[in-house]
Amino acid sequence: MSTRRSALLWATSIAVYAFLYIPLAVVVLYSFNDSRLNAEWVGFTLDWYRTLFHDEEMLQAGANSLMIAFVASAVSTLLGTMAGIAMHRFKLRVLPVLVVTPVAMPEILLGVSLLIFFVQVLNLTLGLFSVLIAHITFCVGFVAIVVRARLAGMDESIFEAARDLGATPWQTFRLVTFPLILPGVIAGALMAFTLSIDDFVITFFTAGVGVHTLPLQIYSMIKIAVTPEVNAVSTLLMTLTLGLIILASRLAPDALRSES
Amino acid sequence: MALLEIRNVVRRFGDFTAVDGVSLEVASGEFFTLLGPSGCGKTTLLRMIAGFDDPDQGDLLLDGKSLRDIPPEQRPIHTVFQSYALFPHLSVVENVAFPLRMAKVAPAEIQRRVQEALASVHLSEKQRHLPHELSGGQKQRVALARGLVNRPRLLLLDEPLGALDAKLREEMQVELINLQKNVGITFVFVTHSQAEALALSHRIAVMNQGKVEQLDEPSRLYGFPRNRFVADFIGKINMLAATVVASGSDHLELDVAGVGRVLGPPQPAMPVGTRGQFAVRPEQVRIGAGSVDSAGPLSNRVKGRILDFLYVGDVTTYLVELENGTRLEALLPNSAPGRAKFFETGDPVELAWSAEVGVFLDA
Amino acid sequence: MPKRSAERTTRWLVSGPPTLFMLLFFLAPSLIMVLASFRYPGTFGGLAPMFGAGRPGEDTGLTLENYRFFLSDFIYVEIFIKSFAVALLSTLICLLMAYPLALLIARSPKGRRDLMVLLVILPFASNFLIRVYALMILLGPQQALATSLNGALALFGLGRVNLLFSSFAVVVGMVYVHLPFMVLPLYTNLEKHDPALLDAAQDLGANGWQRFWRVTFPLSLPGIFSGSALVFIPVLGMFAIPDLLGGTRDILIGNLIKDQFLGTRDWPFGSMLSIMLTVVVLGFAAIAARLSRRDGAREEA
Repeated sequence: MSTRRSALLWATSIAVYAFLYIPLAVVVLYSFNDSRLNAEWVGFTLDWYRTLFHDEEMLQAGANSLMIAFVASAVSTLLGTMAGIAMHRFKLRVLPVLVVTPVAMPEILLGVSLLIFFVQVLNLTLGLFSVLIAHITFCVGFVAIVVRARLAGMDESIFEAARDLGATPWQTFRLVTFPLILPGVIAGALMAFTLSIDDFVITFFTAGVGVHTLPLQIYSMIKIAVTPEVNAVSTLLMTLTLGLIILASRLAPDALRSES
Repeated sequence: MALLEIRNVVRRFGDFTAVDGVSLEVASGEFFTLLGPSGCGKTTLLRMIAGFDDPDQGDLLLDGKSLRDIPPEQRPIHTVFQSYALFPHLSVVENVAFPLRMAKVAPAEIQRRVQEALASVHLSEKQRHLPHELSGGQKQRVALARGLVNRPRLLLLDEPLGALDAKLREEMQVELINLQKNVGITFVFVTHSQAEALALSHRIAVMNQGKVEQLDEPSRLYGFPRNRFVADFIGKINMLAATVVASGSDHLELDVAGVGRVLGPPQPAMPVGTRGQFAVRPEQVRIGAGSVDSAGPLSNRVKGRILDFLYVGDVTTYLVELENGTRLEALLPNSAPGRAKFFETGDPVELAWSAEVGVFLDA
Repeated sequence: MPKRSAERTTRWLVSGPPTLFMLLFFLAPSLIMVLASFRYPGTFGGLAPMFGAGRPGEDTGLTLENYRFFLSDFIYVEIFIKSFAVALLSTLICLLMAYPLALLIARSPKGRRDLMVLLVILPFASNFLIRVYALMILLGPQQALATSLNGALALFGLGRVNLLFSSFAVVVGMVYVHLPFMVLPLYTNLEKHDPALLDAAQDLGANGWQRFWRVTFPLSLPGIFSGSALVFIPVLGMFAIPDLLGGTRDILIGNLIKDQFLGTRDWPFGSMLSIMLTVVVLGFAAIAARLSRRDGAREEA
């Protein structure tokens, strides 16, 4: 590659990275800004974080989000791991379609179809339960894909070797299959957790008036006005997801890569 | 009684018949080889012996008892996989200990037998290493130790040397022979390499399109192939169209195209008038300038011209064209250093072979 | 045979629970939505009751009315077309921005690649509302971007423009939120190219541009197709970005659907719109899958 073209590649790439990061940096910066307007730098303050921690609604929404993310990621990890193993082991036709389609479709479709289903068919009052079910439904596919990718990269004869050397199917799973897919399962669980805690669209349709999550709270705040309190909560959330990503890359370095 | 008996086993995958009515017996202590080109059904047969697949028809018996319905983990049969299939998350020691753990052997005993098994494959170092830290040859040894440690009745080896480079492969062949002799476990070996099969086995079953073409000792397989497939698959051989002229108890007399009358070893069952191929190995054909002189009587002689030659170091193969255009190969050891060939292209030569060599094939 | 029946039991135990769950909470709701698109709205919003008798005056039968209504008013078709245009434009911009970056990462030393990829994923991990919010700040009327642009426009005697609450902001938002979806598949594809191919092309007399257009670019088509699908499809259904960054006229399919369910509460019409969106998305996904498979096969041959 000639140096001129290489310089061109570098220049555009740096511009793209800048495009990705500058807006987020501005959000973080203004969260410490001593001004009501996100317009110019006035001075350093932690006031917005203080306001945030006294905002009962926001705290409640945060607690809801965490609770939903924990339960939804636990259940979807269990179901998704089973689905991933089943899709790899058996020649299934229906399950892969059922599990992967919600991942590939625009989220709004799953949101509105679940809304109709909950209200019209199950006669359910929208709330915590409906949001949980909805989150599990779209997370299962992600976990299944990660687990299946992990299995697909493995030499199939390993599992036969275990049987051959005297292990029952259950022992084979416990001693060979499970330890080998564990990094994929953990990565899938972390992914499910992040997806659930971040989800806005599906939650928007299935939460009703019963329950508020953090993204719903943020949405209603920025819909009305831009206030530095949103910057503060955004900064905190970014720190949290950053932590989760670092954790994921430590626990399962290849799982992250294979997913991309 | 045979250790393993395979009775008329058939296995189909859709329209494709992978194993088509195979029957054979493997004796205790034997080094038995299934040899054939890829897709001949040898691996399918091996998987059925291991228990990963079931025959559609027929039966497999171990010590006279049917293996039907016995899952792989309950068969006293272990496999060395082509890819070795070492557990990537377990160390060398843990891999070798795996079958003993499954059999609930006492920990102290496990420790002792793992060391013994590793010593038998000359791999006492690197015990705590994970499989990905080992070389191909070392992985191979771990797989062998793991397969042997619990002393199975039968050890199946699925092309275990395929992934090794040529030099290492030869070393491992010698080791495999010695190992089998020392542990006294019956080996069933699967390979597509005729050289490997000839070097290692007590007996070889040559398979083609799901059927056993011939089952014999290596030297008989090489010396007396039963049909064209076997003759062609094992070693190099000259094939000439021929007709049986006379069939006696001491000789078989043939009319060979381009050569004329040829005497061969007796094949009393072959009726006069049968058409087929006369097959003779290049190293059994003597070659000389003008005429071949020899101590013994060489009953079969024919004139020709050198067409081409191939120098491979220890020997040179000469391609000779007979007067009617038929081509024959003859092989000469290179006894004189620094000389690639004894003849030039176009040289008139004589080819000769004794009445004790060659075989007439009617199939 | 007991061996095979044990196998079957395991199979049901492992695949049963996820299959049942997805049948109940994914397939059933989808089918209900199809059914709903052929029905009348209820008196108090939502649907007329699915089972049992409705209130007096409510029509509980099936109808094609929703579909007829959609086609009768050009405004709905226009919104679909506009959504397409936005999705197409966003995909194209994403491609133009992502390609050089993906190429640079793929040609960087191995040790540096993971970090460069992580830097692309990182912003993508923060909530997308936060990213949209970040743009709301940046494009805001008092920010440097807007003031300097309007200053420049004033020099030429042109009127002020609003960056925020415009179609421009919507497209910027779509690109900003979906850019990593384009970079990652492109990088995965480009990284697999054998560098010897470029050496061979150069050896055979191809200059830099020729090497790119004749070797790198055609080989990267599968990556382009899958990346485009990953951007195009979610953009098509997006409602939050037009909601937050767009003006009152920047309505896309997603907003239309959202309004039917949470605004005017005409669920049958909303269902019909969702079905239309599904059909369109499935069509595009099928095309992308076919294109990338065909080129993938060529790449392997």
